[in-house]
Amino acid sequence: MQKQPDLFKVFRNPEHIKALAKLIKKESKTKIRVMEVCGGHTHTIMKYGIPQILPDNIEFVHGPGCPVCIMPKERIDHAYILSQQPDVIMVTLGDMIKVPGSHGSLSEARSRGADVRFVYSPLDVITIAKENPEKKVIFFAIGFETTTPMTAALIDKVVKLGLKNVLFHINHVTVPEVMEELLNSRDEHVDSYNNRIDAFIGPSHVSVITGSKVFDKFPKEYKKPVVVTGFEPVDVMEGMLMIIRQINDGRADLENQYKRSVSYEGNIVAQNLINKYFDQKDLFKWRGLGNIPKSGLKLKDEYAQLDAEKIYDNVLPKEEIEDHKLCICGDILRGMAKPTDCQVFGTACKPSKPIGSCMVSSEGACAAYYKYGGVLR
Amino acid sequence: MTKNITLAHGNGGEENNELIEGVFYKHLKNDYLKKSEDASLIEGGRLAFTTDSFTISPLFFSGGDIGKLCICGTCNDLAMMGAAPKYVTLAMMIEEGFEMKTLDKIVRSIKKELEVCGAVVVAGDTKVVPRGSVDKLFINTSGVGIVELEGISASNLSVGDAIVVSRDVGCHGAAIYANREGIDIQSTLKSDCASLWPMVKALKDAGIKPKEMRDATRGGLAAVLNEWAKASDVCIEVDEKSIPICDEVNGICELLGFEPTALANEGTFVLALEQKDVKKAIEVLKTFEQNKQCAMIGTVTDEYKKKVTLKSEWDTKRFLDMPTGELLPRIC
Repeated sequence: MQKQPDLFKVFRNPEHIKALAKLIKKESKTKIRVMEVCGGHTHTIMKYGIPQILPDNIEFVHGPGCPVCIMPKERIDHAYILSQQPDVIMVTLGDMIKVPGSHGSLSEARSRGADVRFVYSPLDVITIAKENPEKKVIFFAIGFETTTPMTAALIDKVVKLGLKNVLFHINHVTVPEVMEELLNSRDEHVDSYNNRIDAFIGPSHVSVITGSKVFDKFPKEYKKPVVVTGFEPVDVMEGMLMIIRQINDGRADLENQYKRSVSYEGNIVAQNLINKYFDQKDLFKWRGLGNIPKSGLKLKDEYAQLDAEKIYDNVLPKEEIEDHKLCICGDILRGMAKPTDCQVFGTACKPSKPIGSCMVSSEGACAAYYKYGGVLR
Repeated sequence: MTKNITLAHGNGGEENNELIEGVFYKHLKNDYLKKSEDASLIEGGRLAFTTDSFTISPLFFSGGDIGKLCICGTCNDLAMMGAAPKYVTLAMMIEEGFEMKTLDKIVRSIKKELEVCGAVVVAGDTKVVPRGSVDKLFINTSGVGIVELEGISASNLSVGDAIVVSRDVGCHGAAIYANREGIDIQSTLKSDCASLWPMVKALKDAGIKPKEMRDATRGGLAAVLNEWAKASDVCIEVDEKSIPICDEVNGICELLGFEPTALANEGTFVLALEQKDVKKAIEVLKTFEQNKQCAMIGTVTDEYKKKVTLKSEWDTKRFLDMPTGELLPRIC
């Protein structure tokens, strides 16, 4: 077999990391708060101990970019209830099956007899549907722009093959809309979130699909630097240096550190596929953040026959559910608090028994703090 | 605890421990069980006794099969207590319709592995159950061994001790995952499935006396080190770059979002040794073909008691936590 080129070792090279740390230390002048929007970055930052090698005046504010974490209980309950319907096979992506709703998680639904499966590639739903023609296979679709094209590709295939036993419950959300919400929203505790975020580390995988163009407005309209950055430690360090240089120069630009994968225009084929099957929803409720306009997707009306929310409308609850009283996931997702500020962090709320959503996925800020020891500095 | 058993309760990590504490220890705890070693020492410490059940899909995997596995698993638990495996019982639950030829192949594999360990089957049982009651074939084996190396215990670690791992970690978990239904990864990776007694015997013959040994099965290296840190009330500081991991395992972990240190092994063990024994022990272990990457990976300290820390090459530190939950690929 031909030797594959190494795809990550150079981006974890200790010499590069140390050199970048030195440069940052030298050039960093002012105190800044940088939001890494994406949970993948939160994970990298904690796993590789990045704060330990940065100067104290750089603070990470962990953003809402973890698709599992922001999924409100209402949607999890939908998944649970759908899994209990007769002749249903519920299919979703890995992490999702652990998230607790009001009745329990999908993993608990499975232990109580429901047919719940996880797939690595959504296209595996086709195989499941073909093997079980007498069952309804419902794909509980979640994720940001990164995973939306996979769902769109599955819908495309289902439509083309004319499969009658595949339905979709769509929970895809979009990044730029939530970033705007964070900058625009006001709260009684602070005059404006706007003041809490000096710059953004832009998401990696999302940008591969959308292109960096979707972040144009943040430098232009909000004067916030955005550096689209890769997920490896060298990437994050270089992205951080680029942000510091923008701040030092008094610039607010859209820059791309992750050039090896991200272009300005992004993946046009994927974008077209998404636009073919999805419309923006007027409102999507984010766990901890509430309803955010235009931040979620839904199936286009002409594909209503594939929409599990419409087909099972009579069994799916519509009431809003309050978040757990002690859980401060909302503040964490908005960058207002650190996981360690939460009184149930690591005590009542642990990865094995999560109360809040940020503890569920390995990309959630709380799970990352718990797992890697947010206390080490 | 949840109302029903979930797959996470069988993960060898935190939920698994909760189940053991909450149900089994609640009713059955005694002086033997409370030591929670791989095998219990009985008859004044002369004998080691253990049991293990095996269910694996697929039954035949790259590097082994359920037959080899059910002998390695139980005999390795004995070997880890310093005992030479001698007597094994074999109980099989077979699903109606199972192919006779396949069963024969599995039993031949059992025979072969027993020879490697130097043990014999002294009692057996078969149950055939209606289709759907078990997934093809479940096997339980119990084993008795004669203790040849004394004083091995998880509570033995003290500050200054060295931690050594016998080979590169994660091969079994990664190979099984890659072979699993729904994960289309082509890989040449082989499970590390192997009997460990010959290696332990070689250490003994070389005059080395490990303070503790454990095969890093479910929960992987991370689970073993965390259990030791707790049992001995110490901190284990691991040097990240010294953990041997092969490229294939790294690749599969990158793809699916797993940590190699949390993946199961079936022929890889971890040793706690006095520093003076390290060089010799590694030399001895390396004489076995599969242990070419045997390495010292850390030391015992008292910095963060009951915790395992991982030091990066750029001098940052983080906890290496007990794996939790069912092993699930991350979403994006």
